[in-house]
Amino acid sequence: MRGLPGSSPNIICEGGFEVEPKKKGMTLVAKQKAAGWTFLIPASAMIAIMSFFPMVKAFILSLQTGKGANMHFAGFSNYVRMFQDKVFLRSVGNTFIYLAIQVPIMLVLAILLAQLLNNRDLKLRGFFRTCVFLPCATSLVSYALIFRFLFAQDGFVNNVLVGLGILDQGYNFLGNAVSAKIVIIIALVWRWTGYNMVFYLAGLQNIEYSVYEAAKIDGANGWKTFWSITVPLLKPTIIMTFIMSINGTLQLFDESVNLTNGGPANATITMSHHIYNSVFLRSPNFGYGSTMSFFVFVLVAILAFINMKVGDTRD
Amino acid sequence: MIQRRLIPTYIFLAIVSLISVFPFYWMIMAATNNYVDVSKGKLTFGTYAAENFRNLISQQPLGLAMKNSFIYAISVTIICLFICSLAGYGFEVYHDKWKDRLFSVLLLAMMIPQVATMIPLFRMFSKAGLLNTVFAFFLPMISTPFMIMMFRQNSRAFPVDIVEAARIDGLSEIKIFFQMYMPVMKSTYAAAAVITFMNAWNAYLWPKVCMTDGKSLNMVMLIANMTGGYKIDYGMIMMGVLFCSIPTLVIFFVLQKQFAEGITGAVK
Repeated sequence: MRGLPGSSPNIICEGGFEVEPKKKGMTLVAKQKAAGWTFLIPASAMIAIMSFFPMVKAFILSLQTGKGANMHFAGFSNYVRMFQDKVFLRSVGNTFIYLAIQVPIMLVLAILLAQLLNNRDLKLRGFFRTCVFLPCATSLVSYALIFRFLFAQDGFVNNVLVGLGILDQGYNFLGNAVSAKIVIIIALVWRWTGYNMVFYLAGLQNIEYSVYEAAKIDGANGWKTFWSITVPLLKPTIIMTFIMSINGTLQLFDESVNLTNGGPANATITMSHHIYNSVFLRSPNFGYGSTMSFFVFVLVAILAFINMKVGDTRD
Repeated sequence: MIQRRLIPTYIFLAIVSLISVFPFYWMIMAATNNYVDVSKGKLTFGTYAAENFRNLISQQPLGLAMKNSFIYAISVTIICLFICSLAGYGFEVYHDKWKDRLFSVLLLAMMIPQVATMIPLFRMFSKAGLLNTVFAFFLPMISTPFMIMMFRQNSRAFPVDIVEAARIDGLSEIKIFFQMYMPVMKSTYAAAAVITFMNAWNAYLWPKVCMTDGKSLNMVMLIANMTGGYKIDYGMIMMGVLFCSIPTLVIFFVLQKQFAEGITGAVK
């Protein structure tokens, strides 16, 4: 860190400035200290009120039961109920399927694209980068709707497949548990690969390009360069994007609601979607909803923690 | 010119680019065609744009939702940038042991998922009578650990000598922030503004929870609601999606560099 406030203000004060501000009852140092804290207060207070406090509240609520405003304590009965709630368990399972399949595909593709686009011999780099990055410019709801229509029974994908003679008639992709999940995974990969690529490109720019040129002279092929230079040097970035992706996947909501509406028969429903439905769609059970949401928080925390540990030990 | 060994790379990148761009192309084509042509798979400009637009504004409060979305996104952006940059500046320039500790505590908030705070926040805002107001929309969004961290990291490039010189000139601490820090940090503000505006414009879950009365809906909610009907009119819905995407697309193309910096902003 840099030592501004510790040292220099004192010097200023010793040099004759000290006397003047005492009229107002505060030395310059004290004033500066007060200013420093004042600058932090609005943002810190908002995080305390809008994140930490509700988090604690959510835990307290998770121990209560009742409808609407009539709440009373019920111990851990909500937690017992949660592990018997078939739809909730289904939503946890779905989320982990997305996590296990979509996140690795997306991250590998993103690193690969970043590696290819980092090649200075490549023409049209800016154009390709813009194209791959473009999906980030849509809202999650917009792209969910676009994909829903693309994969509809009379949608574009079916038109192509029928036109090529692969299918006789349109297949209801969103009406089948497996294909609906695949569509969600495709959509997620489409939306987020460019986003992650941006992190890797930024990471690659910190690697001296001469390292790559040296590798080329030494006769290393692209594949070898990728595994022995790019991946090790990008490790901190990879861990970070992994944590972010886990965090995002555990909170999936917009896609589940707008692409498949959780269907067919809850085959694609996510945890957030189920929580929303049980609190805001049906009779509001804030206690039980909070129990499930607290569970999501615990999952996010555990997985982020494991990730950081794994990242540490491999060093 | 083009190196031969790079040809597979070009082919791969061309395919990926095509897949990335195609849904946008399809959206625009669908918005200009009628339902029948869209489901037949027509991929060229149609002549139904005006009709789709007329249907859209007659069935949906498009103007209201656009206005709401702009009000929400702009208010979040202005307030968030102000208080987070102030905090990032404070944490970096005035840092001491206790402030560093506070900072690490604030970072923990990154792990708190939105869905976990949504229910207590809904109850808080409901009790305060703030549901369906712009306050309910922006209060949970105006201070994020990500933004504070981004400003703190970027403040490292801010020359401390300026602060000391300004103090000797007798400028008050807050004036140093406004007159010295803000102008120097223009590019960080631009990146932060782009990313905050995008996030606020695209917000869906929280507004769906706290904006329930139909008059306070934003664009994202409007297009999501359009698929609820019995008959789904692709052309009209895609016209709505297009309107929802225009501001973010414009920002993307005009400020792509700032957008990329905003995404990766806190990582340096």
